[in-house]
Amino acid sequence: MRLSEHIYRTISSIRGPLLSVERVFNARAGEIVRIVRPDGEAVDGEVLKIEGESVLVQVFGETRGLGMDAPVAFTDGVKMAPLSPDMIGRVFDGSFHPIDGSPPFIPARWTPATGQPINPTARARPEEFIETGITAIDALNTLVKGQKLPVFSCAGLPSREVAAAVLQNARLAGGGEFVVVFVALGLTHHDYSFYMESLAEMRTGFVAFVNRADEPVVERLLAPRFGLAAAEYLAFDRGMDVLVLITDMTNYCDALREVSTAREELPGRRGYPGYMYSDLASLYERAGRIKGMAGSVTMLPVVTMPEDDITHPIPDLTGYITEGQIVLSRELHQKGVFPPVDVLPSLSRLMQRGIGAGHTRGDHRAIADLLYRHYAKGRELRRLEAIVGREGMTAGDRVMLDLAEAFERELIHQGDTRRDISGSLDRGVELLKRFSLEGA
Amino acid sequence: MTGRIVAISGPTVTVDLKGVKLYDMVRVGEAMLIGEVVRLERERAVVQVYEDTRGLGVHELARGLDKPLTVRLGPGLLSGMFDGLQRPMERLFRQCGPFICSGSDLTPLDQERQWRFFPLARVGEEVAPFDVIGYVEEGAFRHLLTAGASGTIGRLADGEFNLTQPVGAFADGREITAIREWPVRKPRPYRRKLSPALPLVTGQRAVDFLFPLARGGTAVFPGGFGTGKTVLEQAVAKFSAVDLVVYVGCGERGNEMAELLDEFTAMSDPWSGKPLMERTIVVVNTSNMPVAAREASIYTAVAMAEYYRDMGYHVLLLADSISRWAEALREISSSLEEMPGEEGYPTYLASRLSGFFERAGVVETMNGGIGSLSMVLSVSPPGGDFTEPVTQACLRTAGAFFMLDTSLAHRRHFPAINWFQSYSLYERNIVRHFTAEVSPRWEELQRRCREMLQREESLREVAEIVGIEGLQDADRLLMKVAERIRLEFLCQNAYTEDAFSTPEQTAAKIGEILEFHDRAAERLKEGILLDEVLKG
Repeated sequence: MRLSEHIYRTISSIRGPLLSVERVFNARAGEIVRIVRPDGEAVDGEVLKIEGESVLVQVFGETRGLGMDAPVAFTDGVKMAPLSPDMIGRVFDGSFHPIDGSPPFIPARWTPATGQPINPTARARPEEFIETGITAIDALNTLVKGQKLPVFSCAGLPSREVAAAVLQNARLAGGGEFVVVFVALGLTHHDYSFYMESLAEMRTGFVAFVNRADEPVVERLLAPRFGLAAAEYLAFDRGMDVLVLITDMTNYCDALREVSTAREELPGRRGYPGYMYSDLASLYERAGRIKGMAGSVTMLPVVTMPEDDITHPIPDLTGYITEGQIVLSRELHQKGVFPPVDVLPSLSRLMQRGIGAGHTRGDHRAIADLLYRHYAKGRELRRLEAIVGREGMTAGDRVMLDLAEAFERELIHQGDTRRDISGSLDRGVELLKRFSLEGA
Repeated sequence: MTGRIVAISGPTVTVDLKGVKLYDMVRVGEAMLIGEVVRLERERAVVQVYEDTRGLGVHELARGLDKPLTVRLGPGLLSGMFDGLQRPMERLFRQCGPFICSGSDLTPLDQERQWRFFPLARVGEEVAPFDVIGYVEEGAFRHLLTAGASGTIGRLADGEFNLTQPVGAFADGREITAIREWPVRKPRPYRRKLSPALPLVTGQRAVDFLFPLARGGTAVFPGGFGTGKTVLEQAVAKFSAVDLVVYVGCGERGNEMAELLDEFTAMSDPWSGKPLMERTIVVVNTSNMPVAAREASIYTAVAMAEYYRDMGYHVLLLADSISRWAEALREISSSLEEMPGEEGYPTYLASRLSGFFERAGVVETMNGGIGSLSMVLSVSPPGGDFTEPVTQACLRTAGAFFMLDTSLAHRRHFPAINWFQSYSLYERNIVRHFTAEVSPRWEELQRRCREMLQREESLREVAEIVGIEGLQDADRLLMKVAERIRLEFLCQNAYTEDAFSTPEQTAAKIGEILEFHDRAAERLKEGILLDEVLKG
């Protein structure tokens, strides 16, 4: 321990967001450094690599205008998040500085931004139903408290409207509400204002971390960690139920790739670094509940699938870590269905424990299974219809085709109305009855 | 041996320790983080640290422990949950709270717990290291204790003891303890390997009937996300007819592990009626826990599994998923700046994997018993693409391959085992066994079931062109029956009673469906209309 700041003026190279500093005494891995730019503004950086007395630093911010003579202060500490209930209602940038014009708050606690993994034996099993008001989720891909359920979207689909609908309508069983932690990564101003408006309409509190499209890329790696440190604090220190919305994880992964390339690391699939799985896991796995503690962290990351491809590394690795996925479909969107959720590739792995008597309704599983089975059959028959035509099909098959159509237009489509779980299930039963398929 | 840290790059730390050996354990820094020497260069040793190195500083101390990564083996491992370094997760929770702390030095075995020792050897007897000297009762299991060294037994305890106390002594005064240490990367010895001939009944119809497993065999099942790997893996862990299960959660979800613990504590073993957890050891390194420990976790697990195998038990090791292990290997390799092979994986991926697979098998143990270690591993191919290196490397050594099919999973057909692509090299032996022991028709039923599924596939292609109406009645009947085989026989809901099926039930079920087909086909021949026939 040095317990004091050391200042060096020994930068030997600057490449993109990376600085090499020489003749540094006793640096630490992950240590935070502060670099003062000629205009007097300071930017933070983090020690990535130490080789004897030379140190490689990653700068969280703009390196343009930085010269070899800039002073670099080694702080002896790792990146810490200042935490307090006073965060609620505030808007911060990716480095946790307030950008809403109000003064900084007084932290009640500091914790490392990266956090520590939850001991698996300490985890409580997620099983409390969350009502999102969306039939495609509540009835067919149920979300539970402590789950991480991403929204897989494509460019041009209304993922932000879906996310905003969940934020505004999500209720715990018994009517409790969430505190929202909103993390915006590389968002355009347009998207950002849309989200801020819907946050402002919420009755409960929110904490926002905003990194816009024109702000430093490296901050995109930091903002979700601060957001999750804040969420863990509110959940496990303050007993609140926290819903974390991170949008857009695709920008996060691209930032990771950009930084990795600058570090001259070996690229993996599509140029993304080989450790992307572990890196994403260090974020997603922070969702959960803990035995004997009130509060929970539920996560709703938004992923835009490049080229609408679900096997692209970003949605692929995300799907391997998260507990299911909600997949939006371009076809349904073009049909005018909102939310355009394609339930067939969608999945909630934790649904089983969160539904049934005591959670939702005793007949939930049976209704969901029937709807799934018949809709899947109808969708399969659509391909056949394209070849042989409707006339060439049996009466039974035509019923399935009609059911699939009605399923999309009446059950999945709900516009802006909120449906409670009973309403959603009743609609499902009504649909099955109309086609005489109940119990079949 | 002490030295100082000279360089840090992620989990790779270089220290100036002299005299350490390759794969020795080292503790680094003020936080005493555990690591393993992976490379020696002149005066320096490169250490792969198993914990988060954030905050570690150069010039901090490093200390060599003069032994490789070892597990401690002894009574009390069963129903425990350990991380990749064999730290007991439950006691770690009690010690440092819900978030994992670094540098902890908890011993895996509970030192306080009292055991009753039953001697089997006699004083004055000459023993070899692997000879049994007595046993303790660990739940329903007879936990055999060995001498650990050669010599003449001078004294044996009889009665209660805890693990800090010896259970006896040699005539020359050396103490005999109940705890053994074993380097995880070294296979435990046995007299000879036998070829796998007996079935490993999993209770999953699609597996037992179409692609049966053998005790001592290995199987992999690759599948994209959402194809039900974990559910299948856990179903196999719950229902398999083996004595003991070692489950490795390798780089997977924390919530899944919480679920597994919950269920295994609540459920009982369908074969013995005892709580499942009593026959299970869980090794867990979730995806957000340090990567290097993930690499070590499968070895920690297999060493414990071999330990129980050596007592003459049939042990099943399950790992979910081996891809995450391979990725950990890749991350470590790239931080060591090794030359990458295919898709960035190190070129020794395949040889490491086959070395691991070879630790499975039926063996005659050092003390003359028969034990087996079987492995069932899931693979998570990126993008569901089975041509990737990990799947391919597994295919070269594994004895059975269950391909999990995304399109089946989308149709909610679980377990989503594709019946055309999957295979089992144990099939011939095991089918013979089932035909002799379970049902004389087993082999015939299996052949007919296969044919029907095959025929359905080709009929489906025809039907896509001419429409289902254009098929002959006999073919339409076959399509109906094949659908029943798929929905009623091959599908198995892991959340209901049906989750487990004995071989007898399996044979009866498929027999009933095929008999229905034969009766219906007869009636068609008699000129009765298809719709009538299908009504029964």
